[in-house]
Amino acid sequence: MVEVLSQTSDRSAEFETQDLLLNVGPQHPSTHGVFRMVMTVDGEVVRDVIPYIGYLHRGAEKLCETMDFRQGIGFMDRTEYLAAFNAELSYVMAVEALADLEVPERAQWIRMILSELNRLSSHFMFLGAFGVDTGVFGTPFIYAWREREALIDLFEEVSGDRMMYAYFRPGGVAWDVPVNFVDRVKEVLISSAQGIDDFDSLLSENEIFLARTQGVGSISAERAIALGMSGPSLRASGVDMDIRRDEPYLKYDQVEWDVITGEHGDVFDRYYCRVLEMRESIKIISQCLDRLAPGPILPEKMPRMLRTPPGEVYLRTEAPRGEYGVYMVSKGGNRPYRCKVRSSCLSNLQALHELTVGEYVADAIIILGSIDIVLSEVDR
Amino acid sequence: MRGIAKSMARTFAVFLRKPVTRDYPSYHKPIPERDRAFPLLLWDEDIHEPFCTGCHACERACPVECMTVLMKDNPNHKTLDGTSSRRKIIDKFWIDYARCMRCNICVEVCNFDAIAMNNTWEGHETSVYDRQDLVMDLQQLLSQSRTGNINEWVPVLGQTNETISEADAEDSEVSN
Repeated sequence: MVEVLSQTSDRSAEFETQDLLLNVGPQHPSTHGVFRMVMTVDGEVVRDVIPYIGYLHRGAEKLCETMDFRQGIGFMDRTEYLAAFNAELSYVMAVEALADLEVPERAQWIRMILSELNRLSSHFMFLGAFGVDTGVFGTPFIYAWREREALIDLFEEVSGDRMMYAYFRPGGVAWDVPVNFVDRVKEVLISSAQGIDDFDSLLSENEIFLARTQGVGSISAERAIALGMSGPSLRASGVDMDIRRDEPYLKYDQVEWDVITGEHGDVFDRYYCRVLEMRESIKIISQCLDRLAPGPILPEKMPRMLRTPPGEVYLRTEAPRGEYGVYMVSKGGNRPYRCKVRSSCLSNLQALHELTVGEYVADAIIILGSIDIVLSEVDR
Repeated sequence: MRGIAKSMARTFAVFLRKPVTRDYPSYHKPIPERDRAFPLLLWDEDIHEPFCTGCHACERACPVECMTVLMKDNPNHKTLDGTSSRRKIIDKFWIDYARCMRCNICVEVCNFDAIAMNNTWEGHETSVYDRQDLVMDLQQLLSQSRTGNINEWVPVLGQTNETISEADAEDSEVSN
């Protein structure tokens, strides 16, 4: 036996292998945008990953410094195009904190409903894209698209646009929701619940899917916290942390729901956390709909041009992909002196090296998919 | 195998559902009143001139600077034996549709309700072969409103459903 072992080691010395540099992206469909990673592979095993970002950098933060507070909303939409309501929410809440504005009740409920609906649509997008990453080509993608289309149609009826809503304003929301809004949301919730059931029975128990995802790309709770992960990717490692519960904004302290956590922090947990989180979102929205009462949607005395006193604020909300924070400095006047976006995707992407090294090349793609990055939010 | 059988069963169950796809180029789904395509200018039917006075409010408020506005003295003004009460009127107006980000700010800042977001399918199907063709001049911006091919939605910021229905009730009382 010893002889055989020594023989093999001799042979490996004889056939010296060389690491191979493998370039993925920037124009690669499974990088979910324009993202490039250079992997060092030893056979099928990844030894090193270097991510290159910045292909989608448009300087939204710098642009915001030259825009007044209303104009900045449009740029915030574009930093996070899959969950633009959530991105707007952080921005307008930061402005409200600076300007000390009181938001009417109805506007807060509307904001909450829309940002939770946006979480649904964003997670549907994740489920569909993740299905494609794991190799279930077509079916889950089209299922996700079907449900997301219903949600997007609803957003179009409310705000007028399908992706770049520009609907939340400092102080409230721009216009009232349509008269049949509550009925439409109920309709969409039924179809979304059906869609989640579809996914659950299509993927969550499928043996091939489980074999592909379970135990792959695990990360411990300590490391996940140390790397600054947030959102479902962090909760999948078993960290019980959700800004909606820990630092309630809007009306999250008045509704009942559970924070979903995983156990192993592997790819499957990150997927399943999101599936369960969508059911919680539906729970939140149905409670919000009962509390939606008529009333004003903007404060009584809104100036034509909003000006803030000097000051600085950091405000964070729980976006679908994690903590979306806006750090805003004002030196007085109608525009921010500095507007820094703390993007959840950029922080989650820091874990990519640790998650991927030691895994197979084929799994690198699903690991990247499982942390659900949106490149517009990474680069801004 | 149980899981795979379950997912196959679900696939067949969904297969039997009603399709949700729309046959797009031959069927256009009705789009909501609030839908925002690109901005266009509105035509005053009573006096046969544009509502726009060229006041530059939208040009200044535009975050992406996609507009160019030039005004002139209105030749149809009452002091010149005309019928219009507008002293100044729009002379030239360009909107670069390639730059516009459809944020609705120009509609909100307009003092004369002279600009609106296109909420018809014409506004969405604007593909051209040359980017130059996306710079719209005054005639192009007015043409859809002039032919009455638009039912524009010009919202007032902060207007609630209650205030809208009250205003509607007052309107109907006046007309009665």
